[in-house]
Amino acid sequence: MSSLERTEASTSSGFNIDFKALGPFLALVGLFILGTGINDAFLSGGNLSNIFTRAAFIGIIAVGATFVITAGGIDLSVGSMAAFISGAMIVVMNTLVATLGAGVETVLIGILVSVLLGIAAGAVNGLVSTKGKIEAFIVTLGTMGIYRSLVTYMADGGTLSLDFDVRGVYRPVYYGDLLGIPVPVIVFFAVAVAGYVLLNMTPFGRKCFAIGSNEQVARYSAIHVDRVKTLTYIIQGLCVSVATIIYVPRLGSASSSTGVLWELEAIAAVIIGGTMLKGGYGRIWGTVIGAIMLTTIGNILNLTDAISNYLNGAVQGLIIIVAVFLQRGDWRRKKSK
Amino acid sequence: MTDAAVHAVDTDQQARVRLSGREICKSFGPAQVLFDVSIDLRAGEVHALLGENGAGKSTLVKILSGYHQPTSGELILDGAPVEFADSEIGENHGVILIHQELNLAEQLTVEENIFLGREIKRGWFLDKAAMRAEAKKLLDQLQCDVDPRTRIKDLAVSDRQMVEIAKALSKNADILILDEPTAVLTGREVDILFDQVKRLREQGVAILYISHKLDEIKAIADRVTVLRDGRLITSEPVADLEKDDMARLMVGRDIKQMFPDRAPVEASDVALSVRDVSVEGQVRDASFDLRRGEVLGFAGIVGAGRTALMEAIIGLRERTSGEIKRNGNTVSINSLQDAKKCRIAYLTKDRKGSGLLLNMDMRPNLTLLALEKFGSVIIDRKAEEAALANAIEAFDIRAADPKTKVGDFSGGNQQKLLLAKVMETDPEIVIIDEPTRGIDIGTKSQIYHFIGDLTKRGKSVILLSSEMPEMLGLSDRIAVMAAGRITGILEGNDRNEHEIMRHATGISGKQGVSVHE
Repeated sequence: MSSLERTEASTSSGFNIDFKALGPFLALVGLFILGTGINDAFLSGGNLSNIFTRAAFIGIIAVGATFVITAGGIDLSVGSMAAFISGAMIVVMNTLVATLGAGVETVLIGILVSVLLGIAAGAVNGLVSTKGKIEAFIVTLGTMGIYRSLVTYMADGGTLSLDFDVRGVYRPVYYGDLLGIPVPVIVFFAVAVAGYVLLNMTPFGRKCFAIGSNEQVARYSAIHVDRVKTLTYIIQGLCVSVATIIYVPRLGSASSSTGVLWELEAIAAVIIGGTMLKGGYGRIWGTVIGAIMLTTIGNILNLTDAISNYLNGAVQGLIIIVAVFLQRGDWRRKKSK
Repeated sequence: MTDAAVHAVDTDQQARVRLSGREICKSFGPAQVLFDVSIDLRAGEVHALLGENGAGKSTLVKILSGYHQPTSGELILDGAPVEFADSEIGENHGVILIHQELNLAEQLTVEENIFLGREIKRGWFLDKAAMRAEAKKLLDQLQCDVDPRTRIKDLAVSDRQMVEIAKALSKNADILILDEPTAVLTGREVDILFDQVKRLREQGVAILYISHKLDEIKAIADRVTVLRDGRLITSEPVADLEKDDMARLMVGRDIKQMFPDRAPVEASDVALSVRDVSVEGQVRDASFDLRRGEVLGFAGIVGAGRTALMEAIIGLRERTSGEIKRNGNTVSINSLQDAKKCRIAYLTKDRKGSGLLLNMDMRPNLTLLALEKFGSVIIDRKAEEAALANAIEAFDIRAADPKTKVGDFSGGNQQKLLLAKVMETDPEIVIIDEPTRGIDIGTKSQIYHFIGDLTKRGKSVILLSSEMPEMLGLSDRIAVMAAGRITGILEGNDRNEHEIMRHATGISGKQGVSVHE
């Protein structure tokens, strides 16, 4: 025994649920029970598939946001970035119809453009904030405005609509399914698995954690801090690109109102999932559950008359605050005092 | 009360007990850290609290000042039982603890910090002039030459300490607890602090003083209480104890050999050669050779440029000129990554700020610097666990639970972990900046022996230290810096405190000429 370390944290004993890890999952289960109680249709295959498909957009973006936030950054530009990339994709594909026709090639080139733009937009956010030594909040606040106005400019203030024939070719990417599972859900799952492996099992992920918890320590540990941080923004850009690739065939259009407030929903999903906003600790599966929760809330409100659907935002806001409060664990400490 | 009675109280003041802890026990969960500890703080007495890291000193003073509640036992203030539900209540009773990690708002100014939460107001508005004048007065008392309008973040750590003390004085502390106040102070600042402590003692303040430094305790304390493993070992007048006695009581055994034996090294076998390295405004034309297997000490007063020189060598700071050779070959080191490739490692003196991730457990901390060793695509967790088990064994890291966050570790265990982290890269040259700051004597000796073992394995060590015994006890040769220059490299009989001071103050040594033999 003697001078062994003793700490409060390691010794709190007895009945103790790890709210940090299990909290979001338990909350989701609670929501599902609530949903079933309110309306039998909630658990129907059609409704569940609807929830997961809708959760896929925000979820995929939020997986990227988990990297950024874990490494101590923030990206406010994702919503406008999604709108901008959607708009650019539509413009490119519509233009290509004249030369390549409304075929698979056109769609593939559109997807390639989306990926390249996602990487480029992420790189801009990352490089300006690291090399320019400007806080990410400010940089991405700036690019948020820039991307938003670029799509408005491209659409000339109106709406960019995808060529009708291309839509027909592109349609299965959103409406198709594999073994009965909608394509967006499969993509969401794949992105989440890839994100989990990258964040939790690779040196890159470890470096994100290190930078988020203390940048100075990371620097003194021979980590290329700027490079890793920039990469997190590029991952974020890629995730936005993947989300838009699924989104475009759904609506077939982009306008200045596309993707509005997505950045906040993505950040909310990340935080509900237990990732720390100040960095240093991130959980991909928490983020996935967070995104599903946000969609489920909207879905339940649609199925019930008890609360107006217009209060969706209020309920989501409440859930975010409660989720973070529970994760902190302060309420337990106060009780024990 | 009659005049005679008043007088009797006055003359009796030396012995008047102000605050006592009676049979204090404290447990965190199932782990008990204090066992029936009793202590008396008397007015006009400096009471030293001595013990190894993890002995329970900090827990005890936190209980005395209201930051923690005892599990059992009681506090008695001026003869009556008292409960400090929180530190504010303690402060209202005049009990003030100055933490080891200073608690100042970095973005606020000195005067704003001193009056934080107790601002002087005129009507609804702050009376800034009054606060400034009062702050100035307090700082003058402490002979601290700091403008009250300076922001804390722009102050040296030692000045911050003075601000903390000024803050305590402004709260009319009459029971003052200082948790390792000198860990970050230079010699002159320690003298000023001691003058202040003595002045406060004359005013009848009861002072509890935590320190590892036995010299200091001999110099300043009237009474010493020794804790070991959460238990009271002794409490007696300092005059009755020799330093060796205190060390033995604290560690619970004799420290046979503080420093490792040194073996002679081959002068011509140079592992690292530094020529004419300069750093804008900090270092000028520094040249030295590091021999294989030696410990080369770097002495100098704070600001002499030692850390800047080392950071320039490992690529953390821009060099304006200079050349670095490893084993005779010129190498280009412009980043820590380059230094790592050249197998040079650096142990920062700032364990908490740039050494360890305090919110994580040991494993990610241990492997962070050598992450590529544990898998280029996927991290091999088993290999990490094995490395951790080895490190715990090799560096005697004592953590009950490997999942404990390293921020909750004692300074000694943190330092051992930091050493283990750096050694994961298998360096040939290890630059160690202040290896034992804030560490107890038993762990210190262990770390000295670790350093000795490194050199036995053919590694070379550069040691930066402000502790003279450590510098003299460990180093084969000692380079002294003053005002950005290396003023001499002392060996043999010149390796003594007197010569170091002469060179460090620029009285002797070659000025402006690079020194190498």
